[in-house]
Amino acid sequence: MGPLVPDIISNDLNFIVALVIGVAFGAILEQAGFSTSKKLVGLFYGYDFTVLRVFFTAGLVAMFGTIMLDHWGYLDINLIYINPLFVGAAIAGGLIMGLGFVIGGFCPGTSVCAAAIGKIDAMYFILGSVIGILLFAEGYPLWEEFYNSYSFGSVRIFNTLGISQSVFAFILTSIALFAFWATSIIENKVNNIKKPAIRFTPYYLGLTAVGIFIAFAAFMFPPRKAGLIELVKNEEFVKSYQLKEISSDELAYRIIEKDKKLQIFDFRTFEEYKNLNLPNSISFTIDNFFEKEPNKLLTLRHRSNVFITNDEMTERRIAIIASELGYNNIEILKGGLIEFTENILGFDQSSVPQNKIETTTFEFRKKASTIIPEMIKNNKPAGKVEKKQKRVVGGC
Amino acid sequence: MQTKYMNPYLAGFLLGLLLVATIYITGRGLGASGAIKSILVESVNVITPEHTANSKFFSEYSETHSGSALKSWLVFEVIGVLIGAFISGLISDRLNFTLEHGPNIKSKVRIIAALTGGLLFGFGAQLGRGCTSGAALSGMAVLSTGGILTMVAIFGGAYAFAYFFRKLWL
Repeated sequence: MGPLVPDIISNDLNFIVALVIGVAFGAILEQAGFSTSKKLVGLFYGYDFTVLRVFFTAGLVAMFGTIMLDHWGYLDINLIYINPLFVGAAIAGGLIMGLGFVIGGFCPGTSVCAAAIGKIDAMYFILGSVIGILLFAEGYPLWEEFYNSYSFGSVRIFNTLGISQSVFAFILTSIALFAFWATSIIENKVNNIKKPAIRFTPYYLGLTAVGIFIAFAAFMFPPRKAGLIELVKNEEFVKSYQLKEISSDELAYRIIEKDKKLQIFDFRTFEEYKNLNLPNSISFTIDNFFEKEPNKLLTLRHRSNVFITNDEMTERRIAIIASELGYNNIEILKGGLIEFTENILGFDQSSVPQNKIETTTFEFRKKASTIIPEMIKNNKPAGKVEKKQKRVVGGC
Repeated sequence: MQTKYMNPYLAGFLLGLLLVATIYITGRGLGASGAIKSILVESVNVITPEHTANSKFFSEYSETHSGSALKSWLVFEVIGVLIGAFISGLISDRLNFTLEHGPNIKSKVRIIAALTGGLLFGFGAQLGRGCTSGAALSGMAVLSTGGILTMVAIFGGAYAFAYFFRKLWL
């Protein structure tokens, strides 16, 4: 699950990734024509809207791509960098940048790109930005308070506006399409071109088709989680699904033996877990399957992961979801904790064995019913899964 | 002869895919101005280490970033941008030392304007916590309110001020 840094791609390898991404970034910007200030400022004087087209298309594709990855469970959105909101600084900084844009003709990324192909004005622009940053740094105490005022954290636009993510995506797409159309007309007027603004060439139709496909993929199908929860509503299916089971006696035996391979995932509510927690157990939720860090516990090698909750049917449902998500070595507790309580914790000492097997079983249960409650009493509960990873620090 | 530029929608599409890949791999977006800041921080640290210790901005930076300021993701990314743009310029035959300016201004005016514009952009990008790449584009991709607000302010501001600086370009 993404982001791949830092566990799949190490922090050091990430620098090489940065270099490669940078090469592609620079090449695309240069090929798009962002290495000339005349083309860039055309946006503000109406003679060339290339910047708007490239920028808006890239923003939309990236937005739909990110939504899609999140939707399909490939990206943990809680770990990626969401630019924090500081209202005053964002507006004032943005306006100053806008002023810098029309005067200087570049933005930092494009100036680097233009300087690389020999634009002398871009080199001066970079020199200017060094001075600008130095000024900001030297005067920092003067504007520090303003810089940190009106802080709202890493909020997302659809929450700010109080609408759903898909509605916002739809609105933004509509605005973009309208802007593409309107600016083409303006551009032709300013440049005295008589060609129609929108031409349905195979090229454009192809690009549009791919765009529509991505947009649909992000919304049309139910998210992975919802689909799986729907799947396990079917009782027949849940009952017939092949799952490895462990009896309450075996679980008791392995707890007493302090089996190191045993990992117990407790899916009851956290309140219930706090009241009674088995040794080596951790409080877990279905949501944890879809988060990057908690699911690492489930992929440890050579472990048997026993899912427990009060009843076996719920255990089955949860285990099926986990199996469908690709997790292995899952076992469920036969009869759930209800049976475990009956057979082990609250074993009726006066039960009379009917045959030889029961004699041994009952002897074991008698022993277990004193040892395990003692172990539970001395157990320090592991609690919920720890999430050590923080949001990636990004931004400029 | 210089070759034509790429179709803007195709370029945007590729840039969008690159940005998604970047977010998926690293959890962060693209950026630019941060690299210039890292280089500045390191330079100040080498030239006058006492100043780094005395200045709140520089000492805060050293506290939050371990190791050399140059060992930052954005520095490597921007080195990549230089290489990528150079290769692209080479392929499309656009490598040339030129000073581009509007038809009605002299080179000297363009240099002063570029310096001033850069200064404002550098300052603004610090205040706004990111530039067109780091705040506007990457912020839009992850639907960050902060990024989108900065984007609106950048482009809104540019349109509002454009009229007053038309002589520089038209």
